[in-house]
Amino acid sequence: MEIQELRKKAIAIRRDLLAMIHKCKAGHTGGALSSTDILVALYYSVMKVDPGNPHWAERDYFVMSKGHSVEGLICILADLGFFDKAELDTFCRYGTRLIGHPNNKVPGIEMNTGALGHGLSVAVGMAKGLKMAGRPNRVFAVMGDGEQAEGSIWEAAMAGAHYRLDNLTGVIDRNRLQISGDTEEVMGLEPLAGRWRAFGWDVHEIDGHDLAVLVDNLGAKPDGSGKPRLFIAETVKGKGVREMENVAKWHHGVPDDALLASAMRQLAGEEGRTA
Amino acid sequence: MKKGLSCREAFTAELEELARADRRIVALTSDARGSTSLAAYANALPGQFVEVGIAEQNEIGIAAGLAAVGYRPYVCAPASFMSARSLEQFKVDVVYSRMNVKIFAVSGGVSYGALGFSHHSIHDIAVLRTFPGLRLVIPCDGVQMVGLLRALENSDLPAYIRVGKAAMPLVYRAGTEFEVGKAVRLRDGDDATIIVCGEMVAGALDAADALAAEGVKVRVLDMHTLHPLDSEAVIAAARETGRIVTVEEHSVNGGLGAAVAQIAANHRPVPVRTLGFPDEFLVAGGSADVFRHYGLDATGIVAATRELLLSGD
Repeated sequence: MEIQELRKKAIAIRRDLLAMIHKCKAGHTGGALSSTDILVALYYSVMKVDPGNPHWAERDYFVMSKGHSVEGLICILADLGFFDKAELDTFCRYGTRLIGHPNNKVPGIEMNTGALGHGLSVAVGMAKGLKMAGRPNRVFAVMGDGEQAEGSIWEAAMAGAHYRLDNLTGVIDRNRLQISGDTEEVMGLEPLAGRWRAFGWDVHEIDGHDLAVLVDNLGAKPDGSGKPRLFIAETVKGKGVREMENVAKWHHGVPDDALLASAMRQLAGEEGRTA
Repeated sequence: MKKGLSCREAFTAELEELARADRRIVALTSDARGSTSLAAYANALPGQFVEVGIAEQNEIGIAAGLAAVGYRPYVCAPASFMSARSLEQFKVDVVYSRMNVKIFAVSGGVSYGALGFSHHSIHDIAVLRTFPGLRLVIPCDGVQMVGLLRALENSDLPAYIRVGKAAMPLVYRAGTEFEVGKAVRLRDGDDATIIVCGEMVAGALDAADALAAEGVKVRVLDMHTLHPLDSEAVIAAARETGRIVTVEEHSVNGGLGAAVAQIAANHRPVPVRTLGFPDEFLVAGGSADVFRHYGLDATGIVAATRELLLSGD
């Protein structure tokens, strides 16, 4: 997909996830909006996936370690045709499989997540297994910045480098806000890039909303260096909706009718500028 | 009864055989290849062995990832850490995600009796019985270990296999087959039933034989699978023998006894005595000393059964 089309797709996904959250009255809105462009780059350009055959042996593997940001992921899977888009209306409702965290009963989702700090270990296991089997598939894990405080992330970081998993790519959605406020006030993470480099990863700090940059970086093939890659994607929590941008309380929250209308106007404006 | 291989030695020998036939089998350990008797396996099959270092949370997550790409992982590590430190990874990444990961939890219960509460796992039955779809087994000897391993390997469901450290007397003849979730009746009788698992089985058989010499006929059920529990065998025992004694190397809170009492209360209320560890930090000592201290040996089982029979309940 061309970059221009990807930008339009990201706007459409933001529109879908906001409408879903508004309709179903549940959602982790801020992080869903900050991670949308990362997921769009992965699913519409970088990763090998087949919506008609979710278990395709040649697919790339994806783990959403920050499981609460599930909204963008399921809107993308529905848009790609992994399941019927009408099902999005059941999000978080009685009896649904579209719960508030990734659920691998949903076609296209590999692993159940939700408890923070787990995803990278799982991705390390996938990447290790693919290496052992001599398979070329790649593995991607999207993490939150708040969850970098979990010790298990650093166990996985150590193992990823130790096993020389250059088929593994981690992405940190670095929106700098967690539920209680600024990540550096809750539990300082900096120097985050230096810490990951010290653990033996090939670290890049990139603009997490520039789709051209995301596609170039995430799409770069493994270079045989033996180093797993880590992208610190600088993002804005609530990206795309002025009233939500950089406001910690939008970690989770449901827009009312007026705010939804305002959000849709802003996205339409963005779309106009993208055309 | 003569002693056989310890469960861990029987396990690793059988796992090596299974792994040679199925290259998807992979063993993981967290710097515990010695305590899990995995050194020979690691040397023989280095391509099917993953060392994770002292990082049990990561170990379970990695095992789940390996399962997600088609492997059949066995995580071999002490029960005390598997049932506590990495419990959330086991809950979410393995059981909830329905990944085919099997934990081989060594030195369960009070195998590390003298090392303190940090190294005891007397809570694992209680918590793991609440994990839907998980199969939890506690074999009593090396023969049963092999039989249960073969039965578990035939399924893609996650499992937790808890074994002790010691070489146990052989209860079963070599080659005996077992069905996961189906108790084995080791002694017939209709005066009472002893329901037991793991290292307690040999003592329960000694107790039943001692009682038989007094003319008391006690049924003995080896409840090697704790989840799903064989409730039909429990209900039949309640109906046909009227009294039940349970024996386990676990806290009395939430273990085999609690499960049996619940089934009996719901289906066929009868007097039940639950032998296990009380709600306290346990006395230090080798496992045999600890068992004796809490009445979890043949003498204690005989006394508890006699008391139940005389209580008039």
